[in-house]
Amino acid sequence: MDLFDKFDQVVALRSSLPFEKADPFKVVVDEVISETEAVIGGRRTILAGTNNYMGMTFHEESINAAKEALDQFGTGTTGSRVLNGTYEGHKKLEATIADFYGMEHCMVFSTGYQANLGMISALGGKDDYVIIDADSHASIYDGCSMGNATIVRFKHNDPENLERRLKRLPEDAGKLLVVEGIYSMLGDAAPLKELLEVGKKYGCMTLVDEAHSMGFTGETGRGVAEELGVEHLSDFFVGTFSKSVGTVGGFAVSNHPKFDVLRFVSRPYIFTASLPPSVVASATKSIEAIKRGSNRRAHLWENARQLHTGLKEAGFSMATKTAESPIIAVHLPDVMMGTRFWEHLLLEGVYANMAAPPATPSGMFLLRISVCAQHTSEQISEIIKRFKKTAKAVGLNS
Amino acid sequence: MAQPATLKTIYDLITPINQKNAALAPETTFASDLELDSLTVMDLVAEIEDTFDIILPLNLLPELETIGQVADTVDKIVNES
Ligand SMILES: Cc1ncc(COP(=O)(O)O)c(C=O)c1O
Repeated sequence: MDLFDKFDQVVALRSSLPFEKADPFKVVVDEVISETEAVIGGRRTILAGTNNYMGMTFHEESINAAKEALDQFGTGTTGSRVLNGTYEGHKKLEATIADFYGMEHCMVFSTGYQANLGMISALGGKDDYVIIDADSHASIYDGCSMGNATIVRFKHNDPENLERRLKRLPEDAGKLLVVEGIYSMLGDAAPLKELLEVGKKYGCMTLVDEAHSMGFTGETGRGVAEELGVEHLSDFFVGTFSKSVGTVGGFAVSNHPKFDVLRFVSRPYIFTASLPPSVVASATKSIEAIKRGSNRRAHLWENARQLHTGLKEAGFSMATKTAESPIIAVHLPDVMMGTRFWEHLLLEGVYANMAAPPATPSGMFLLRISVCAQHTSEQISEIIKRFKKTAKAVGLNS
Repeated sequence: MAQPATLKTIYDLITPINQKNAALAPETTFASDLELDSLTVMDLVAEIEDTFDIILPLNLLPELETIGQVADTVDKIVNES
């Protein structure tokens, strides 16, 4: 029995897609010109699908700090956070994030994926309940699979559906409610006030993943909870350095007095090497810059609105009524159109993300754009123009 | 064995989404007989939960392959609560 036989269906589906000159799963970036441009397949391409919301990948202070850390501490720690892998930089980064969130404690993980695995699997014990939104990111689902709690799922962004489920759970059981600030596929924001209030009413501890909202939502860029003034309703925030912070890594913050015990019980924190000192140094500088980055935030939101308005006027079917985030997604009718549109757009010199099930909710096919604070308004106009040209070429919206 | 009333309620919930017009019986499977995709299954689970006022934990779902198994589980959860 070949263990690979079970993937035959996946292979068949992939080979049925009509890609001719490019394949979204095999894109190679040859050269990076700036935060917003690269050379892909020999073509100068506008990057419009990179999650680099705040454009921190070339932030000068972050690059300089990383270079200094490389010279001073070397290329890697070669060890776990709980053994030889905690340097002064890791502690300083944790202090910087705790300060950024105005919270007591912070743990830095090696990725955001591991931060969710580590928090959810450790907090959700055998007799506890973890309550999650149906459209949760894979890292939240995987954190659930890894732990021993009973998993309850509620309808996406629906506080009333959540309440009906919470009502059925034992009153005195341990409960962890997990939601995201902005959902990464459609770019829709969560009604955090209503969701967290219901959670608190039924005695849940609450965790908000601000992976796609940190940096540009809220007065200082802490996320949707800050924007809505409901941070006091969240016991834990999880975030990542792989989007607005422009590097790699993840974190969790909390005011819980016993929070630090997680360093000894959270397996995804313990059984992996810590972040390299250069990454830690650049993350620290980028988060400091994000805190005072209100100009970048303002321009990012302008870009998001300009793009949403332009595509809507051009007749695209938008995933959200207005720009709720820098993620702007358009619906495409089926996988064939999705494929052709994505490929044609890339050949026009715009890189966006093709999103298909199971990453998307309800069998949707999306072309997902994420804008960057460093995109100029001319680049946004150019993206809109090339979208229109592509739609015409592949026979969409006609 | 599941209560006939439980089975009937579940059949009624499945009928509107039974696009293949598969025969509904305790042995009917969701994946190969009804050919329901995972998203339709998710909605069905939510409807069963609301109809019986119970929680069907996500952890149990992989083991529930037939209508009869779901009905048995529903009865068990209803009796426990
Ligand atoms: C909601 C959410 N949480 C966590 C992550 C994981 O982030 P990382 O890239 O740091 O593993 C992502 C990124 O894909 C995400 O969308």
